Amino acid sequence: MLLSDIKSTLTAQVLTGESEKELCETEIHTACGCDLMSDVLAFVKDQTLLLTGLINSQVIRTAEMMDIAAVCFVRGKVPPADVIGLAREKNIVLLATEYPLYAACGMLYEKGLGGRSGGSSVSDSRQ
Amino acid sequence: MVLQYQIPGNDFSSAGEASSNFKTVLKKLGLPSQTIRRVAIAMYEAEINTVIHGGGGECKAEVNGDRIRITFCDHGPGIQDVNLAMQAGYSTASEKIRELGFGAGMGLPNIQKYADDLQIDTEIGKGTTLVLTVNL
Repeated sequence: MLLSDIKSTLTAQVLTGESEKELCETEIHTACGCDLMSDVLAFVKDQTLLLTGLINSQVIRTAEMMDIAAVCFVRGKVPPADVIGLAREKNIVLLATEYPLYAACGMLYEKGLGGRSGGSSVSDSRQ
Repeated sequence: MVLQYQIPGNDFSSAGEASSNFKTVLKKLGLPSQTIRRVAIAMYEAEINTVIHGGGGECKAEVNGDRIRITFCDHGPGIQDVNLAMQAGYSTASEKIRELGFGAGMGLPNIQKYADDLQIDTEIGKGTTLVLTVNL
């Protein structure tokens, strides 16, 4: 699913300044809805979108370590300017939607964006 | 190659800067992305632990021919029961840390999961030294 489709599905605002063209060039394969960053760190997939209600700098750090392409903040939350600046520096796209986490995840799932089913194994992490 | 980092204690906003810097270095070395990600995640979890449990400390990150070895050393309270701390879901983190998205009891299990080897040397009242190794 293209990031531009995710943006329109969630009626999201882009916080990091990407153009529609840039959003159309970013493909997302899976999504993860979570407020526990340690759980996110156990979830290993490429081209992932993280949906969360947390807005601190560790969300960006977690996304950076995981090579997460984009983060969508839910429930109308917008992180402080320094957090947005850190995301820009790390080339992580930030979105913000008014929808709550459960609804946002459901809307994307309905459109065909799946998540990881089951736990990730050690062999998964060492691939 | 050896890199040294100071990890400030209880400064949650800057936690992860050492892991971020080392990840950038590994990218410049041209290592496989999966290897870089495993190192980055394990190091980041250990760095967060050093900040929230150890009260800060020192980190040494080494790249040798066949492995990456990262050592975190703190002078915090030590780990009461390492076997318990290795269990997924067990945590002694404060409510404040949990509200920030950590303290779910996944730190050490995640490090063990992503590293090829994990050694913990801890003494109550003296501190903890954690050494994680990822083979290249």
